[in-house]
Amino acid sequence: MIAGVAVLCVLSLAAWPSPAQAPAYRAPRTADGKPELSGIWQALNTADWDLEGHAAAAGPVPSLGAVFAKPPGPGVVEGDEIPYLPAMAAKKKENQTNWLKLDPEVKCYLPGVPRATYLPYPFQIVQSQNNILISYEYAGAVRVINMGARTKAPADSWMGWSNGHWEGETLVVDVTSQMEDTWFDRSGNFHSDALHVVERYTPRSADTLNYEATIEDPKVFSRPWKISMPLYRRVEKNARLLEYKCPEFAEELLYGPLRKKPSN
Amino acid sequence: MICRSLASATALAAMIAVLLIAQAPAAGQAASPATKAAPAKATPAGKSWTPPRTPDGKPDLQGIWGNATVTPLERPKGLGAKEFYTDEEFAKLAARVRQGDVGEEGELGAARENALRYDISLYGGFDITKARFASNKRTSLIVGPEGVIPPMLPEAKQRNAERAAKNKGHEFDSYENRPLSERCILMAQEMIPMLPAAGEGNLLQIVQGPGYVAFLHETDHSTRVIPTDGRPHVPQNIRQWQGDSVGHWEGNTLVVDTTNFTALSAFKGSGEKLHLVERFTRTADDTVTYQFTAEDPTTWAKPWTVEIPMTKTQGPVYEWACHEGNTMIATILHGARVQEEEAAKKEAK
Repeated sequence: MIAGVAVLCVLSLAAWPSPAQAPAYRAPRTADGKPELSGIWQALNTADWDLEGHAAAAGPVPSLGAVFAKPPGPGVVEGDEIPYLPAMAAKKKENQTNWLKLDPEVKCYLPGVPRATYLPYPFQIVQSQNNILISYEYAGAVRVINMGARTKAPADSWMGWSNGHWEGETLVVDVTSQMEDTWFDRSGNFHSDALHVVERYTPRSADTLNYEATIEDPKVFSRPWKISMPLYRRVEKNARLLEYKCPEFAEELLYGPLRKKPSN
Repeated sequence: MICRSLASATALAAMIAVLLIAQAPAAGQAASPATKAAPAKATPAGKSWTPPRTPDGKPDLQGIWGNATVTPLERPKGLGAKEFYTDEEFAKLAARVRQGDVGEEGELGAARENALRYDISLYGGFDITKARFASNKRTSLIVGPEGVIPPMLPEAKQRNAERAAKNKGHEFDSYENRPLSERCILMAQEMIPMLPAAGEGNLLQIVQGPGYVAFLHETDHSTRVIPTDGRPHVPQNIRQWQGDSVGHWEGNTLVVDTTNFTALSAFKGSGEKLHLVERFTRTADDTVTYQFTAEDPTTWAKPWTVEIPMTKTQGPVYEWACHEGNTMIATILHGARVQEEEAAKKEAK
């Protein structure tokens, strides 16, 4: 039954007109004739706080005041709501309640896909023929999208295994074999090891891309669902990915309690 | 190094696979063009061989490269000013390695059988008979008649001694007292410049896009995306563990200039004034010749240069997630606290 619903939903998702198709923008071409996606990009939204729409709220650390309060956002989920299986909705709530303790981002763990895309840090696409490398500033996360014949993941990993292909103007990336340990956002939205993500990167103007990710995980969701958002080119003349090796920023949190007590 | 032994099961599995992959090319190496190539000199590009180009006309360095070798960084004392082995000597050396003996001329490093704390056989067994000396037939990775790192300046010796003294007796006090490699901040094989080890993967994947070259070190997924448009370094007040790298093309060679290191990045005892110039040249279908010159007027009296042939491998490059599976720091610190508690109890009795 669930499988039947899932199939229907996949069909209906596929039938939705993509917002990127509306203005038929044709991107500049690479030397080998593919749409050129190279550049430093960043999401400009509150998806990492909560994929679903949310009002502003106080932050979890009172001493940080308004600096780390939760900014409001209309959400990036098509249809507004993430379709959790009933039992899984409870786990999401539990995650949300224990956010600071459980969120892998707090510990500087690799973010997985799609979260890497809309973390509040830039990422850079280095586009070659056989491989497209994406380097993320956050935690120095990286993945190499295989553009050749489809390959199978040799092992599960935090950033998953990416096979890509071109559909007209769109780079389509199929991501499998992700560890179950990553989350989607700071609100406890999660997945299992059955996560399957299909990303679509479509140029929509010289300095914007449309990003969509279809998320499928029959252990956690009742049907596939989709997020979409624009990505903006960092057009500053001196735009660069800088080093954000964050393990050192999480060490006090993780290991501070094990520090030697001063002897008296 | 030791970090790996406590990394997640995934990382361990990856490690095993990496070792297997790293060793795989060794068997077929004898017949490869890399071994036959003449020793690479200052301009290592071959005379007749034309390196492949990317669609936008740049030399194509792309692929997955490994640099495993038992050629030591510094020249063994007995060899004096001898920079290269003769073909005959090199063949004899290779034959001896196949018998399982790297001799005085080779450096096994962490792959030594009785290496303290680290049993490489756990990771699938380092097979010494498949070890190899660098195909450029150099007697040391450091080039030039001296073949050793220039003597360290007194100020650098003092700087490093002071740092070590400060940590002495406090090694287990806090995470801050532990080596950067254990903390998954800077592991030996993700550091630039890249130095090889005897039998470990140390894989480097190179991907080139318009205006940029990306270097992905398998170790700790360390990635550098290097602009090649001639732009300057980021401002000097921005210090980074891996410095700031900018590049440009000189003929067939990618030249990468790196400054802006932190005072703690410490390559072979260097300080934050470390300045690296790396040169990547495709010298055969299956070889990228990697050279670097390290210079730091606060550490060495003069710059020194290293040359290492990197050999093409099949891959894949696995994800090396270090911090995520790092239970080691917590375990070490917890162990120290328990010991202290027990000692205090004994004293109280």
